[in-house]
Amino acid sequence: MTQMKERLVQLEVLRYNPDTDTEAHFQRYEVTCYEEWVVLDALNKVKADIDPTLNFRWSCHMAVCGSCGMMINGEPKLSCHTFLRDYEGVIRVEPLAHFPIERDLVTAPDDFMEKLKRVKPYIIPKEKKPISEGEYKQTPAQLMKFRQYSMCINCMLCYAACPEYGLSPSFIGPAALTMAHRYNQDSRDGGRMERQEVVATHEGVWECTFVGACSEACPAHVDPASALQQMKITSSIDWIVEHLIPGGKK
Amino acid sequence: MDTISTDVAIIGAGGAGLRAAIALAETDPNLRIALISKVYPMRSHTCAAEGGAAGVIKPDDSFDLHFDDTVGGGDWLSDQDCVEYFVHEAPKELLQLEHWGCPWNREADGSVAVRPFGGMKKKRTWFAADKSGFHILHTLFQTSLQFPSITRYDEYYALDLLVDDGRCQGVTAMEMRSGQLRQFHAKAVIIAGGGAGRMFPFSTNGAIKTGDGMAMAYRAGAPLKDMEFVQYHPTGLPNTGSLLTEACRGEGGILVNKNGRRFLQDYGMGPETPVGKPQLKTMELGPRDRVSQSIWHEIQKGNAVSTQWGDCVLLDMRHLGEKTINERLPLVRELCASYLQVDIVKDPVPIRPVVHYMMGGISTNTKAATPLPGLFAAGECACVSLNGANRLGSNSLIELLVFGRRAALSAIEHIQGLPAANTAALNARAEETQVRIGELFSRTDGTESMSGLRKEMMDTMEKNVGIYRTEEGLQEGVSKIHELRQRYRRVILTDKTSVFNTDLFQALELGSMLDCAEAVTVGALARKESRGSHQRLDYVERDDKKFLCHTMVHHQGLDVPRVDYLDVVITKSPPGVRDYSGDHK
Repeated sequence: MTQMKERLVQLEVLRYNPDTDTEAHFQRYEVTCYEEWVVLDALNKVKADIDPTLNFRWSCHMAVCGSCGMMINGEPKLSCHTFLRDYEGVIRVEPLAHFPIERDLVTAPDDFMEKLKRVKPYIIPKEKKPISEGEYKQTPAQLMKFRQYSMCINCMLCYAACPEYGLSPSFIGPAALTMAHRYNQDSRDGGRMERQEVVATHEGVWECTFVGACSEACPAHVDPASALQQMKITSSIDWIVEHLIPGGKK
Repeated sequence: MDTISTDVAIIGAGGAGLRAAIALAETDPNLRIALISKVYPMRSHTCAAEGGAAGVIKPDDSFDLHFDDTVGGGDWLSDQDCVEYFVHEAPKELLQLEHWGCPWNREADGSVAVRPFGGMKKKRTWFAADKSGFHILHTLFQTSLQFPSITRYDEYYALDLLVDDGRCQGVTAMEMRSGQLRQFHAKAVIIAGGGAGRMFPFSTNGAIKTGDGMAMAYRAGAPLKDMEFVQYHPTGLPNTGSLLTEACRGEGGILVNKNGRRFLQDYGMGPETPVGKPQLKTMELGPRDRVSQSIWHEIQKGNAVSTQWGDCVLLDMRHLGEKTINERLPLVRELCASYLQVDIVKDPVPIRPVVHYMMGGISTNTKAATPLPGLFAAGECACVSLNGANRLGSNSLIELLVFGRRAALSAIEHIQGLPAANTAALNARAEETQVRIGELFSRTDGTESMSGLRKEMMDTMEKNVGIYRTEEGLQEGVSKIHELRQRYRRVILTDKTSVFNTDLFQALELGSMLDCAEAVTVGALARKESRGSHQRLDYVERDDKKFLCHTMVHHQGLDVPRVDYLDVVITKSPPGVRDYSGDHK
């Protein structure tokens, strides 16, 4: 049996406690870790063995619950899926950008939660039918039109990566708009025009300047940038139908 | 302390809690619903379930077959009236999820697709690739957003139930962001707080699964049932414990030992079936308890693959091919590649059994009601006696839908014509929470470190209450956990500030886990037989004369809990032999 390799890891963690601090500051920790560990494992070891007052969220440790988003060396990452093997020297850990800090690495997601709700992320049925009539038929091809966009874990890394959201906090942002697109693309749904009231505005898709940082940051390979591009195209077609085609507006 | 008045308070916003909330809102839009959770709903551990949810839908299947698989899979410890209700409700709930937008995999004709799963005689597991729980959770959460009567209290840590006049009438909770205590006065309370797998060191469970809901009900006088039945999932990643879904084997993956030889046929699950042609209910599609126990024996025989994380066997999926793996098991491929640096398309992956699920929990009946009036429970935190001594894979995602809804309907029945609450009495109960938390903050004679106690608990559970158990080991386990509960009274809080104090929440979670751990160990020691997931090396046979009954554990303060028993409900299937030999006669 081979032994796991150990390594001394240096973490520089942003600390802020509104009860006791007037401003945020960095704190340095040195902790022995296994080479195969992720940044979250190192933080957990700090909390258990060195400093119980350090605070961060986590749960699943398999990149699906979306709790542990933070900035690691300046990039938005899930700390449970960020491997120590990919880093040298001091690792700087900060709370997710563009969200207010509650404490230490814990940020307040209220703005995202509100925006998600605004896009009506649920089926608004094209035609209602009772459960007793069975499932809505949906071919594998119809499923593939939206499945990728349904993979969003709501980790908000895309908001931390998005320069537009940083500049214009009213921007509905990548994940919430992608969720609108997910339902718009679902063959069971008939709610697109209802969602357009939120989506096709200057707080919606037209705010996006297509930097693509959201898709780069996304740990679930959802590709929000492509969803937003597709939505711009359909919104443009709506406009053309409404304004340029005679009798187009129904 | 601020008071929030509501009609129904739900503790936990995972699959069961969200399903209950939606059922309440749909049934009576005038009801005020408080949905309280220590995490944002989409962080709930339902999201980590992979394989799928079982429900009879195809023409070759029947309710009786699903019933038989579930009852036999549970080694006849399931209540059969409960199983009967469950198998009939299951397809309706899955169709409801479909109508709400769940991206179930489909057949070419657009109907819902099903996959094979362990211990199931027919293909009846609905799935959304290998992220079924994730999609169920997000579908429910997003659907819930359209109901204005559901008020969410995200990141509120629930503390104590408020019981007065012999019925449950609310709960106290701490708003984590501010550290403020609040009391919820409610006509009925539904607990949907999830399992307690984190009492073990090696678990598929997320950090949040610390048995808070179970412990809260238990302290308030509701018994915990069948807690000794702890499910080990056969295929966990050996380092992180992450789950590799049973669908790996459902799709045709095989288990082999260090010699590359399959071995389940040596443990009553043969004869061997051809590689790449999985046959339902035999070999790799045996039930989880049997497969995990076989791996344990294979390791004892010296046939393990030795790794830096301990003894393992191999899960080989190479013959499935890259296309099937990417279509049906993309998460599994990604998990193995990231955390173990193994590409399952090219290499077998080492695995070992890992604590996954609590069959036991808050005792409930088929109406999701606990013995404490006004208190209902659903999901993993409850023991409605669907799963008996061993849960079949894909029965729990559907359990939380069926009984989440059932809990809501029962709560509505309960609140009709209730007498008015005695507010002064409830306030007095709530003060007790304040005193308890205050004492933790003001304690100056603390000597015990929280992480130290937690490690001792985990080590004890792994050493003494694992896959195979003995009288001696369990005796040691019972006395050690009891000792830890006494020492917990002297645990030190390092962080005494108010905002998002996870030192405090981890201390409270440790208290919950110790209560649950004691119920597990005491129940296991008293059950002198082997049944399902509870295997004793000193009592190797199932004993239907003495133990065809549920273990009921009653909280007795700091003393050792009291144990008594409740008969199993048998309606049509007398205890028999669990047969996993396929079609072989």
